[in-house]
Amino acid sequence: MAIETIIIAIFIIAGFIGGIRLMQSPRTAHWGNRLGALSMLIAIIWAFIETGEEGIVTALLFIIAGSVIGLILGQSVKMIHMPQTVGLLNGLGGAASALVAGSAVMNGQAYEAAVVSWSSSSLALAIGTLTFGGSLIAVLKLHGIALQKPFQLPFHGCVLRLILLTVLVLVILNSTTTGEYFTILLPLIITGALLGGLFMTLRIGGADMPIIISLLNSLSGIAAAIAGIAVKNIILAGTGTLVGVAGLILTRVMCRAMNRSLLAVLTGFSPDTESRSQVPDDERAPSSTEATAVDSKEPSPHENVSDSQTTQSEKSEDGPADTEEQLPRIIQNAESIIIVPGYGMAVAQAQQSVRNLANALEKEEKEVHFGIHPVAGRMPGHMNVLLAEAGIDYEKMLDQESINPRFEDTDLVIVIGACDVINPAANAAEDTPISGMPILEVEKSKNIIICNLDEKPGYSGVDNPLYNEGHVITLWGDAAQTVPELIRLVGKE
Amino acid sequence: MLYAALIIIIVCALLGYRVISAVPSLLHTPLMSGMNALSGITVIGAIAVFLTAPENARIWATIALILATINVVGGFWVTERMLRMFQDKKEKDKEEKIPWQ
Repeated sequence: MAIETIIIAIFIIAGFIGGIRLMQSPRTAHWGNRLGALSMLIAIIWAFIETGEEGIVTALLFIIAGSVIGLILGQSVKMIHMPQTVGLLNGLGGAASALVAGSAVMNGQAYEAAVVSWSSSSLALAIGTLTFGGSLIAVLKLHGIALQKPFQLPFHGCVLRLILLTVLVLVILNSTTTGEYFTILLPLIITGALLGGLFMTLRIGGADMPIIISLLNSLSGIAAAIAGIAVKNIILAGTGTLVGVAGLILTRVMCRAMNRSLLAVLTGFSPDTESRSQVPDDERAPSSTEATAVDSKEPSPHENVSDSQTTQSEKSEDGPADTEEQLPRIIQNAESIIIVPGYGMAVAQAQQSVRNLANALEKEEKEVHFGIHPVAGRMPGHMNVLLAEAGIDYEKMLDQESINPRFEDTDLVIVIGACDVINPAANAAEDTPISGMPILEVEKSKNIIICNLDEKPGYSGVDNPLYNEGHVITLWGDAAQTVPELIRLVGKE
Repeated sequence: MLYAALIIIIVCALLGYRVISAVPSLLHTPLMSGMNALSGITVIGAIAVFLTAPENARIWATIALILATINVVGGFWVTERMLRMFQDKKEKDKEEKIPWQ
């Protein structure tokens, strides 16, 4: 390998890593992205220089076509659709890596040792195809086109494990026979990997989506890295690894935030999952276009009260009936306020209303922060993007670790469309699916207003004892209506 | 060559782990979509295969080339759009004066 190839490769990869480094702060992050894009451009130009002159024009034409499609796609997506966009791009990346590995096979041996060539190319083919199949289902689910309910076949976990094992065996077989039977084995590997991807994602429900999206992200990187080995390209191998690591880190963050093991999410290994999959989607939200079909199928007995905007807690006896009167007083007296948004807010498309609420409260010289649980959206950090899009300053958004110590000294917490992530049962009760899950400890604050669609439990199916606490006022109904109601109360004595 | 690739993979895994772990959860979505764009690096593999492939493999390389470019350009562009929303308010005002204000 020529020395200049190594030097260029190191520069390009350093550019990527430097870009990620800049992403550590919101102030410099956009430069990080641009540095990444520049490094990518250099990598593409270098690929042309290195490989030769023939066919460059046709290749450029295809690249321009892809760029135009990419730009249109990137420009047209809405922020709420970011999870499925990333999912779709993951799938494309995975498919591209699979195709590169596949055509490298036909291109002849890259290595003297045929085993290396065949094992790397068939493994990249398998993982890339798996990513593609899984992403396809994830996108369909996230975009509300199909299969929104966690879908489960008999012996789903067993079947999935069997498929993945078979694919692995086929890959090993293809490598050890150094491609002697590849005309039979490759189609089998592709079919198996596709099926594996489908089975892996089929059973995933709404709130588990952040985990699977992160995992697919990681897989698309791993596929690229192995394809890099297959075509003898160290830039590809190194950069793919970076993506793989990033995806794995995010997968771990998401799993921890939901108190789920990756194995349980993928194969239903944990006994909880059986009962859990039956439970409809997570944080309750109105059945607008984004809402899952499950929501609309189960008419809640409480939807009728949503118009009245208020309801009383059934347990507490110290006269909660006049929440109409209580509410303005509580809001008036609150000095420090934390707003806790959940995915229900996004489904109700109430971000603007929430921004207006925050502005109205700040106008009254109250301190407003946003407490954001890692799984508040449909992918890591999704809620921050949605709030930023609505024009909320990122400095007011605090993550779980920074916000939890603040609840004790907070006068008022306003929960909008979140259930599981604030459920104190996670700490108090044992043997529930959410036991041990890190939550936002809203119950420690002095007063709590909860604006959820209804009082049905969230994705976990665990009832939220907060709803019946004395210092909690619940406003059932569409957040797009209840939040403006709250705004009206701000500043009204 | 294989060893060079393996060394690069190990170094990238270690460095990447350090750098990526320090990205705040605030920016996890742009991080992921940016990483997503990076996974389109497979475009350089596609270019290499496209330029050297025999006729029968060219169609695959062509599809790979288009898909990977969509991945790269789409990924970087959505990331750019998102990160603009995270820019400082003051900085934003400096960059673009909003006509109706």
